[in-house]
Amino acid sequence: MMSKIVRTQASFLYTLILIFGFYIVAHGHLTPGGGFQGGAVIATGIALIVVAYKFENIKGWVKKSMLTTAESIGLLAFIITGISGIGVSFFYNWLANSGLLFGRVVHYGINPGYINTAGTLPIMNLAVGIEVLGGLGVIIMYFLHYAKEVK
Amino acid sequence: MRNALLAISLLIVFASLLYVAINPGDFGAATGEHLVFGEPKYSDMDDYFIHNGQNQTGANNIVTSIVFDYRGFDTLGEASVLFTAVLGTGVALRLLRRDRK
Repeated sequence: MMSKIVRTQASFLYTLILIFGFYIVAHGHLTPGGGFQGGAVIATGIALIVVAYKFENIKGWVKKSMLTTAESIGLLAFIITGISGIGVSFFYNWLANSGLLFGRVVHYGINPGYINTAGTLPIMNLAVGIEVLGGLGVIIMYFLHYAKEVK
Repeated sequence: MRNALLAISLLIVFASLLYVAINPGDFGAATGEHLVFGEPKYSDMDDYFIHNGQNQTGANNIVTSIVFDYRGFDTLGEASVLFTAVLGTGVALRLLRRDRK
């Protein structure tokens, strides 16, 4: 476990990193970034909290089973979103420009960037973001869990 | 000796890359086309994505519309690669622990 200063800073930064990561995931269809990048940023937050506190102390806080579940759910949601457009083709963007959820019509040109656009892309971004944060987080957990036993 | 050989071969590769970067040359000379490095002759696909991507997918970020819509199958493969990497890490480390016991 690190000193109290590091722990306080880490628990403060953890929140900011999580907010920033989910911002990148949610605005994947408007700004540079997306599911992979945002998920990696969130996994950085998990790594920070694991380094600042010891692995044993956060067992009830960041659970490995939670992360593996997040990874599986993310991948499943991604595939299901892909299959949902099977009426036309696999990965067909049937929600775009439809007026439904994320279906605001967009024309070619400059616009301020509405979040309610792009059809299935935000859903896929969220699914991939959840998957990447679970995957990278669980890799960090695995390494830290088994590093001590090998030593 | 090995290090010296390694350094020399790296230098040769670096020098040739540097030469190409400074003096791009004429790529299409053999076929009679004049192609310049950094100025592609055929850009139909880029133009299509740039002009139609926003209308068709509704996303301002063309990169995301390509990665998740036009080439969604590719992204599915990437996500599966990550899943497989996690699976492999878990299995390898678990085997390692069983050997220790």
